[in-house]
Amino acid sequence: MKSIIALIPALPLFSFLILVLFGGKLSRKVAGWVGAGSVGIAALLTVIVGIDLIQALPGVKSYSVVVWQWMHAGNLSANIAFSLDALSIVFCFVITFVGFLIHIYSIGFMAKDEGFTRFFAYMNLFVSSMLILVLADNILLMYLGWEGVGLCSYLLIGFWYKEPENGTAARKAFIITRIGDTAMIIGIFILFVSFGTFNIQEIMHLASTKWAIGSSIAVLTAALLLGGALGKSAQLPLQTWLPDAMAGPSPVSALIHAATMVTAGVYLIARTNVLFSLAPIVQTVIAVIGALTLLVAGFSALGQHDLKRILAYSTISQIGYMFLALGVGAYSGAIFHFMIHAFFKALLFLAAGVVIQVLDEEHDIFKMGGLRKKMPVVFLTFLIGSASLSALPLVTAGFYSKDAILWFAYSSNSGGMVLWLAGIVGAFLTALYSFRMIFITFYGKIKTEPSFNAGRFMTVPLIILAVLSVLGGFIELPASLGNIHLFSDLVNNTLPAVAIRNVEHMEWLFQILSSLIALSGIYLAYRWYYLKPPYMESFRKSRLNHFFEKGFEFDKLYQLVVVKPVVWLAEVDKKDFFDLLNISIAKLAIRMNLILSIAQNGKLRWYLLSFAIGIALILTIMMKQ
Amino acid sequence: MLTVPVETQILFAGILFLLGLVGLLVRRNLVFMLMSIEIMFNSAGLVFIIAARQWNQPDGQVMFIFILAVTAVEVAIGLALILQVYHHFKTLDVDAINKLKDN
Repeated sequence: MKSIIALIPALPLFSFLILVLFGGKLSRKVAGWVGAGSVGIAALLTVIVGIDLIQALPGVKSYSVVVWQWMHAGNLSANIAFSLDALSIVFCFVITFVGFLIHIYSIGFMAKDEGFTRFFAYMNLFVSSMLILVLADNILLMYLGWEGVGLCSYLLIGFWYKEPENGTAARKAFIITRIGDTAMIIGIFILFVSFGTFNIQEIMHLASTKWAIGSSIAVLTAALLLGGALGKSAQLPLQTWLPDAMAGPSPVSALIHAATMVTAGVYLIARTNVLFSLAPIVQTVIAVIGALTLLVAGFSALGQHDLKRILAYSTISQIGYMFLALGVGAYSGAIFHFMIHAFFKALLFLAAGVVIQVLDEEHDIFKMGGLRKKMPVVFLTFLIGSASLSALPLVTAGFYSKDAILWFAYSSNSGGMVLWLAGIVGAFLTALYSFRMIFITFYGKIKTEPSFNAGRFMTVPLIILAVLSVLGGFIELPASLGNIHLFSDLVNNTLPAVAIRNVEHMEWLFQILSSLIALSGIYLAYRWYYLKPPYMESFRKSRLNHFFEKGFEFDKLYQLVVVKPVVWLAEVDKKDFFDLLNISIAKLAIRMNLILSIAQNGKLRWYLLSFAIGIALILTIMMKQ
Repeated sequence: MLTVPVETQILFAGILFLLGLVGLLVRRNLVFMLMSIEIMFNSAGLVFIIAARQWNQPDGQVMFIFILAVTAVEVAIGLALILQVYHHFKTLDVDAINKLKDN
């Protein structure tokens, strides 16, 4: 039973190899089914082994399997070894199951694309790397998966490589996440030097016994790992790559830049939670960064006019909620929101992909409108996704997951009024920008006619995800509403439970408040974007709106603070002594070459004459002796 | 039988060789250059024959047959190359065929 675990990441890797090696010979139909089928079987295996593990819990904490020894030198040794516990089962389920739906959708979405097999090859490689990331039992293998998903993200953002700006966006994503990754690998080195092992379980155990709470090395390591998480999860201050990453195809945005890869940072922090509990100050920083990010991204989403960029900022903002939950120690809340977010955000991206494709690559929501009647399935599923995103009370899964985070932001030991306030303002913004999308895109007059109807490959995944976006919430209900804790009971096998201050009796009050906030956000969206009062038109042209649209001008700031000084320094440094030395060697070689190449003039008779003269000379010399 | 002194024979072969060389250097048409090469070959062959006669040895004549065979091969290859060159450049002017020129 256990050895099945190794098959879960191996299957997509295997089909990646098939598609890369024989992709040219396969028909599109076969390539699509190989790509989607391998992920489907991986999803099936995940469910089988997951049920088996859940039945064994809590007696058995995790299933581990060692595939082979990866490297061994001195006291450094790392295995290709996988470990499945309650935390990784949730991630595995989301990656394989949502991944499978997105692969199915892609068969329809990419049907006319010339890079069809290449697309599925990259997607399979991504799924495999992501599964390695979450299943790795040592931190080095996890880093392999971590970089693997980064590579696939780069490849898939720049998938339509003939447009130069797509390549720029891909490089931007790669370089900015690399900043975080550099911090992370230094953190991993510190862990290895301190404990002499890469095994995550052992590291966590040793750290809790050897390092004191608040000791400088614990704080340093936690901060370095946090750096990696910030880059990957597009949190302040490394969030600028994600909106540009929307240059990739919509299924890529759904799978990589919404459901799975960008939540790798959440996984990392949850997985190494012991380290963060040893560094309370870093944990506070996480909560503050999460709160700031969700506000900044929420405001930015309001200013966008590109449908996918709205969703991108929304993703940043929702991951901000997860970081907020991680920061206050509500790990199960963060993971729960991750799962629900994966459902509804994948749904929103896929639906947005349909809208954009049937309108002939139109991204601007102000050029859309009235699509409600033309594409009812997409409208309904998009509506359900948006309702879940804006946490419509009681009926949507998003309400239960977000409400849990808001409640813990206030009630947990390290939470407080300020964090809760940031969360509640963010919730208001979320409802506002979600229904801004709905009202502008699907209501009003038709501005662009849809050119065709989406096929069944694309609509069925939407419906399944819409059902999950509603029903997914009912496995975890708050104490005041049903008190079901299936999900937190599961993940608390691995993660520490949240420590609550003694404020339990007020939970229902907070729920009513957050419900009212969400509803008022939706109402305001109706007032502003459906009824369209004249002052909204002038606001659209205002400077504030422009500031929001540019995502608080972070790009400009980095251009000024980082890029320009570095370019200036390089420019100045171009002519120092060592460069001159190298340049002069090159110049000398070129000069000599020019002198010698005079003889190489291409005239055959010239060569012959040189021959004759040469022979005459040699003969003369021989005669003399 | 009139005997020509061996020095004169060698001189004759030498003049033939020089004629060939000068032809090779002066002519710009590839066919004529090939013919000049043939003349040079023959002058070399002539020297072998002279030497064979001088010392009454058959080796030189054997050598000449070798040279003849090599020449035949050389002409075959040379003519084929000339044909290809003509197809490609539409000229046989060797000065116009200078694609290997460096800058």
